[in-house]
Amino acid sequence: MEADQRGPVMLKVDEIHMYFGKVAALSGVSIDVRKGEIHSIIGPNGAGKTVLLNCINGLYHPQKGSITFEGQEISKMRPHNRAKLGLSRTFQKIELFKGMTVLDNIRLGRHIHMKSGILSGAVYFGKTAKEEVETRQYLEEEIIDLLEIEAIRNKTVAMLPYGLQKRVELGRALALNPKLLLLDEPLAGLNLEEVEDMARFIIDISEDEKWKVTCILVEHDMGVVMDISDQVSVLNFGNKITTGTPQEVQANPQVVKAYLGEEDLYATRR
Amino acid sequence: MPHGDKTFTIPFKITDELTLPKVLIETAKKYGHNKAAMREKEFGLWKPITWQDYLDRVKYIALGLNSLGLQREDKVAMIGDNRPEGLWAEMGTLSAGGIAVWLFQDSLLDEVAYIINHSDAVFLFGEGQEEVDKALSIKDRCPYLKKIIWDDPKGMRGYDDPMLISLKEVMRLGRELEQKDPGVFERTVDQGLTKDVALLFYTSGTTALPKGALLSHYNLLTMGQAMMGVDPCTPEDDFVSFLPFAWIGEQMMSISSGLQVGFTINFPEEPETAQENIREIGPHVMFAPPRMYEQMTRTVQVKNLDSSWIKRNIFNWAMKVGYRVADLKFDKKPVPAGMQFLRWLAYVIVFKKLRDHLGLSRVRNAYTGGAAMGPDHFRFFHSLGVNLKQIYGQTEIAGISVLHRKGDIKFDTVGTPIPGTEVKITEEGEIISKSPSVFLGYYKNPEATEKTLQDGWLYSGDKGFIDEDGHLVVFDRSKDVMILHDKSIFAPQYLETRLKFAPFIKDAWVIGHERAYITAVICIDYAVVGKWADDKKLNYTSYHELSQKPEVYDLVEKQIREANRSLKKPAKVHKFLNLYKEFDADDEELTRTRKLRRAFVENRYKVLVEALYQDTDSVHMDTTITYEDGRVSQIKADLHIRKIPIEEGK
Repeated sequence: MEADQRGPVMLKVDEIHMYFGKVAALSGVSIDVRKGEIHSIIGPNGAGKTVLLNCINGLYHPQKGSITFEGQEISKMRPHNRAKLGLSRTFQKIELFKGMTVLDNIRLGRHIHMKSGILSGAVYFGKTAKEEVETRQYLEEEIIDLLEIEAIRNKTVAMLPYGLQKRVELGRALALNPKLLLLDEPLAGLNLEEVEDMARFIIDISEDEKWKVTCILVEHDMGVVMDISDQVSVLNFGNKITTGTPQEVQANPQVVKAYLGEEDLYATRR
Repeated sequence: MPHGDKTFTIPFKITDELTLPKVLIETAKKYGHNKAAMREKEFGLWKPITWQDYLDRVKYIALGLNSLGLQREDKVAMIGDNRPEGLWAEMGTLSAGGIAVWLFQDSLLDEVAYIINHSDAVFLFGEGQEEVDKALSIKDRCPYLKKIIWDDPKGMRGYDDPMLISLKEVMRLGRELEQKDPGVFERTVDQGLTKDVALLFYTSGTTALPKGALLSHYNLLTMGQAMMGVDPCTPEDDFVSFLPFAWIGEQMMSISSGLQVGFTINFPEEPETAQENIREIGPHVMFAPPRMYEQMTRTVQVKNLDSSWIKRNIFNWAMKVGYRVADLKFDKKPVPAGMQFLRWLAYVIVFKKLRDHLGLSRVRNAYTGGAAMGPDHFRFFHSLGVNLKQIYGQTEIAGISVLHRKGDIKFDTVGTPIPGTEVKITEEGEIISKSPSVFLGYYKNPEATEKTLQDGWLYSGDKGFIDEDGHLVVFDRSKDVMILHDKSIFAPQYLETRLKFAPFIKDAWVIGHERAYITAVICIDYAVVGKWADDKKLNYTSYHELSQKPEVYDLVEKQIREANRSLKKPAKVHKFLNLYKEFDADDEELTRTRKLRRAFVENRYKVLVEALYQDTDSVHMDTTITYEDGRVSQIKADLHIRKIPIEEGK
């Protein structure tokens, strides 16, 4: 995306500091994520990428600095309240309900948009039934179709291969109908074909008229990151080195230095 | 048990003017919005499409094609999964006076380009992004191609090539044309004649480049009526369309028979959900190549091995009863009352559930054709009470010429000719046939036509004979028949299908033509053997590694010894090896209908064949494999060769 066409800032991370005891996981990191972009965060292991995501969605509360989402200060807000604002995420290590079916897992992500309570749900009549049917329709038409998981919708998650579980997790995050989606290593552990599928889904979610979801992507697969990102931010030892387009970042000498001796990070699967 | 034959007579008389689109118009007039012509599972729900909807869509597609410049006899190519839009496109093409050419969904780019060019197709119907990508990457090589039509919008937003047009847009053009000129559709359809060419179908070709067979409306209509004359379907029947439209067998059911009878065609949600969707529908009639039935058998066998002791024993008891009854029926002997009772018990306890799981709970007639099916698989389905029948035919005769009749089923034959068909054996033992459905010839290939069509007789290239009951026995492709070292003739397919009855073996290739002894190359079934290895706590990381485990060799050896027992000495397998990969159509080892291309594999695996006939116990292989998107990777492998001691015997 050209600079002049870039959307307004959706998420503003301003000078946040995060300490665990005396260890600084993030020291003064600032990132602007604009509406509609795929913003990747890269960096060597231990650079603080996941910590940053955890701060954004509220699993961690940074000691200093502020996080603003659509003009609203959210750094003190609890995770479920942030979810209500339209923040959703997937995890590096899959966090699904293993004993439940794919459909139930995804349905759970929709919970936040359901109005009926336990009692009316138990009776299942009138408005509640209608809401239930509408939910199912939404999940089928928008999510199951998009992610091509028709064949596994009634399967128990624990029985699925890893690649499909990753897809289900994305499905659950989407069921929330998010404005901003945080993806923590969605491609890790996938084979080449699964990587291509997942990259395609991410592009779809970002570009499709129905979705237009802004994405923050933490990922090690440089081939995909450089291919699909609009902006890339580089972290190293809790500091941000730079932010820019994939071309700018690749040409930045500091980035190259940070990755020195870690050649495999640049190695792509292609 | 759900059987009992129905009667229904097709209400169309074949004149000089009857065409498939006219049949569609008549049927739609009869049923209107009162009956479902198709159903498609979409977003988790079965959605019906009535006959009137079907006709309307076909109409607007036909007119759309006309307004895009389609002339009579222009070819229109189609590729994509089984879905209503596929049939609409085909019928739309026929209605507009065009000729339909179907391509296999998994065709490689070169195959697609070859067929589009050879058929000089002007339009290509693709399904979505995948097909559009394929088409765009070859469009520069296809000078006749004018438009690429797609119907699934997923992922298509970034495409702006002027050659692309959506099906919606085509139909909009059609609607426009109709408003300008009401009645134009009916007039166009009226111009069609029975002798017009309807389909240009490329045969999968086990030996050479695909050849395009021209089939007329007359061929297809007569074929449908002849087949329905033997085993009538009724308009209330359900059929599931999940096999490639590019396979003539699918055309036989969905177009030739389906349209004339007016039964409902159901489309699965995705190819991966086909088995589940078949179960939901419970079709009355089914036609699939042997591999589909082989897969079902394998599933049952594997699940049985996995189940608890008590379930396994009940299943084995029920199968014993089933086999006894099936064998009595094959021998045309009466089934004693006691046996009938046991059979009923077995049905209630085991078969009813099992058939439901396989989607065969309501099936009246299940057909198989297109390749050889082993006697073991055949007996298996009959023991479940599934009325499985063989069909023999080829694309050149619109799909079918010979068929098993009710109560007259022999599992080593393919049955007797259908009405209007004559079958003879030439002096050389080649099967030739004559019927109204024999094709018009090969497109742009007069030499091949001359060879295949002589005085109205279709020369099949298959060897066979007619047995004492008048049944046709298909031996094998003439080229594939082996001569053993004792000068006797042997059909390798027979042994291969026997080996494939073992759930562990996915494919087998038997070698031994004019050689001192017989050998085999085995492709293990990765899923089944993988599961078995997991249970045994054997470590492996890939197909190749698993296939070379001594334990897996033991497993395969056991199976081959079993098969050897019933063979005469020169036909016994002496040596075998497990291949490091499965045979694949993308590597040209199989045809798109999964028939082994013997000449090709013999050349490709020359090293292996040589090693099998030398005194060595391993062989080194260095080769490349091709992925569907054209990528190529190199493989180096060491394969063990296992010798099987031959017992003296028959």
